[in-house]
Amino acid sequence: MSFLEYAPAPESRAILSLRDHYGLFIDGEFVDGRGTPFQTISPATEERIAEIANANEADVADAVAAARRAYDRTWSRMSGRDRGKYLFRIARLVQERARELAVAESLDNGKPIKESRDVDVPLVAAWFFYYAGWADKLDHAGLGANPRALGVAAQVIPWNFPLLMLAWKIAPALAAGNTVVLKPAETTPLSALIFAEILQQAELPPGVVNIITGAGDTGAALVSHEGVDKVAFTGSTAVGRAIAKQVAGTDKKVTLELGGKAANIVFDDAPIDQAIEGIVNGIFFNQGHVCCAGSRLLVQENIHDEVVERLKLRLSTLRLGDPLDKNTDIGAINSREQLERIRELSDVGVAEGAERWSAPCEIPENGFWYAPTIFTNVQTSSRIAREEIFGPVLSVLTFRTPGEAIAKANNTPYGLSAGIWTDKGSRILAVADQLRAGVVWANTFNRFDPSSPFGGYKESGYGREGGRHGLAAYLSPAPIGQAATRPSLAGPATTKPIESADAAPKRARRAATTKGSKR
Amino acid sequence: MTRLAVPKTYKLYINGAFPRSESGRTFEVRRADGGFLANAAKASRKDARDAIVAARGAVASWSGATAYNRGQVLYRIAELLEGRRAQFIAEIEEAEGVSRVAAAAQVDESIDRWVWYAGWADKFAQVAGNANPVAGPYFNISVPEPTGVVAIIAPQDSSLLGFVSAVAPALVAGNSVVVVASERYPLSAISLAEVLATSDVPKGVVNVLTGAPSEIAPWLASHADVNAIDLVGAGDLDWISLEIEAADTLKRVLRPESGSDAAAPALGRISAFTETKTVWHTKSLR
Repeated sequence: MSFLEYAPAPESRAILSLRDHYGLFIDGEFVDGRGTPFQTISPATEERIAEIANANEADVADAVAAARRAYDRTWSRMSGRDRGKYLFRIARLVQERARELAVAESLDNGKPIKESRDVDVPLVAAWFFYYAGWADKLDHAGLGANPRALGVAAQVIPWNFPLLMLAWKIAPALAAGNTVVLKPAETTPLSALIFAEILQQAELPPGVVNIITGAGDTGAALVSHEGVDKVAFTGSTAVGRAIAKQVAGTDKKVTLELGGKAANIVFDDAPIDQAIEGIVNGIFFNQGHVCCAGSRLLVQENIHDEVVERLKLRLSTLRLGDPLDKNTDIGAINSREQLERIRELSDVGVAEGAERWSAPCEIPENGFWYAPTIFTNVQTSSRIAREEIFGPVLSVLTFRTPGEAIAKANNTPYGLSAGIWTDKGSRILAVADQLRAGVVWANTFNRFDPSSPFGGYKESGYGREGGRHGLAAYLSPAPIGQAATRPSLAGPATTKPIESADAAPKRARRAATTKGSKR
Repeated sequence: MTRLAVPKTYKLYINGAFPRSESGRTFEVRRADGGFLANAAKASRKDARDAIVAARGAVASWSGATAYNRGQVLYRIAELLEGRRAQFIAEIEEAEGVSRVAAAAQVDESIDRWVWYAGWADKFAQVAGNANPVAGPYFNISVPEPTGVVAIIAPQDSSLLGFVSAVAPALVAGNSVVVVASERYPLSAISLAEVLATSDVPKGVVNVLTGAPSEIAPWLASHADVNAIDLVGAGDLDWISLEIEAADTLKRVLRPESGSDAAAPALGRISAFTETKTVWHTKSLR
């Protein structure tokens, strides 16, 4: 055994008490779905974990109706203080059941347990804890006194951070006084369903949060449902576009957290050891299944060879394998479909003349795996420099001047995140000013915090999650003239909240073009 | 003996110049009582695209100017508009057929709106941004930045106030705009462009198109170099189709408004065309 070899150290699955079949969580209860159930599998072994109910349109309607009832009768009438207490309870329950959630997440998603245990689940608890405190302080959210909840929020989340994305969506929605119908991704429903059990333990009033499982058609039925007031989506830019079209002309408010192709810019005076770690964390964290991943490395020309050499050395020490092993750095690719996409784009990179290097690691026989891969000699026009690969694949490009670095970094329809590595503070601030990206990490990468707004420019979507800004995505200002009438509780809105004086003509127009009324 | 007047040729305003429509087209603008006022330029798709190119080219300098500087430039617009108050009152009286008092009220309110928004230029970032107390050794700050190029369909029932109400807030954060003026009352928009051209507003920051919004708006909504579209004056167009077109490039969209409150002064009109950027930086004594 060399010093780089480790004995297996698997986290025990005994902490899980999974059911064989999971229903839909509607109105506080697990109920059968009326679509054809599907299996959720472990991407590391392709073994079946459980059977998951599939929500059809009628189930979606039931969930939205439950959320509407809960909004009208309970949640919108509850004081902000009590809403906050429920959220604090949820935060504590997540902490109590943290290890169980982490194991379930790694099992279902394929991510290394060290990430689900040390990043995903602690952030989930932090997210609920942070927004819990906002629930009775909405007057300070930046929308003036007495802002109003929107109503029923339809939330569709991706498979890369299943439980964390759930927290990003549910915590601010509930704090602001909305009720929720959430659809987890088809390949990663497990942690959301355990979370539903947590909601039962928290005695959250029935219908305030409804969790329905299914594939894309379930999600489409949810966001297009007329009883929905707010749509929040995290996922691909293609689906984001479809949603933006679908809600056009309605009164639904939308926030979209879409794709990215982040530049990670390394100047020649960067603290090189930290930069190497940051580059690795930027693109190989969570197998690169990260919308804000630093997938384009822009390295100053004079240190290109050194950086690439050291990167290869570092990647050769990463351990790929069992997600539940505490020593695993790189887990499984989430699905066969995603693995195919990574392979395909990677082959395109080779065909377009880039040089491919993959870390020498043993690929397990079963499951979906992709070795950490670097492309050098990449042209800015190459598809691997332009398209989101959403896998452990890094494209390396070079620059000579800060101006060139900025131009190349911004040369993308995306604008979610970026990284800067240099020892020079003034340069960091000047470059950060010029980057068209919603999150800029300087001498660090892939940091997340509930108090820190996250979201994109351009085709990476709109709206922010996290912080005060994330709260605003679930609120509207009080109707003109009503801001001062009820100064404290974000209490029941007796009439539907309107944003501005234009609401009436908007609705009239909408009624003429869509069928039926929303309620 | 009465003097023979010298009427003005109303043209477009693109990249700081006043070209005719490249299409050679004009349309008749008539006063409220039906009499002939002027032939306004009828902008084409090509004019719209030229305007977008100009706007894109102006983003760097305008958004890169200091907030203090942008505030002064916007205030200067108010100063120059005040100086030409009589001209605008007369123009509005003729075009809209309203009383001198009503026309004066519209001009005065337009001037005051420039002043109000000018004052926001170096303040809204303090209100819309904040420091974030993250759990770790990081400096973390969120600031609003301009979205980029904003296309605006100006309110259609107003000569000046609607136009100003939609354009001024988009400029505060440093966006460049392409505005389609009111089809019925386009002349004051072009006269305002003369004010803009002499107010230290860099060329290309504001581009004004006159013509048929129904013809021009779809090109603006679908153009990939437009980042946001304000449909405030598009209520009589097929604005849902415009919103659908805008979704292809994930533009930020403001929906139509109507009535005297349309585009009322609000911080929300500034922030609607901003993006929140959050910067993390490590903290360390070493």
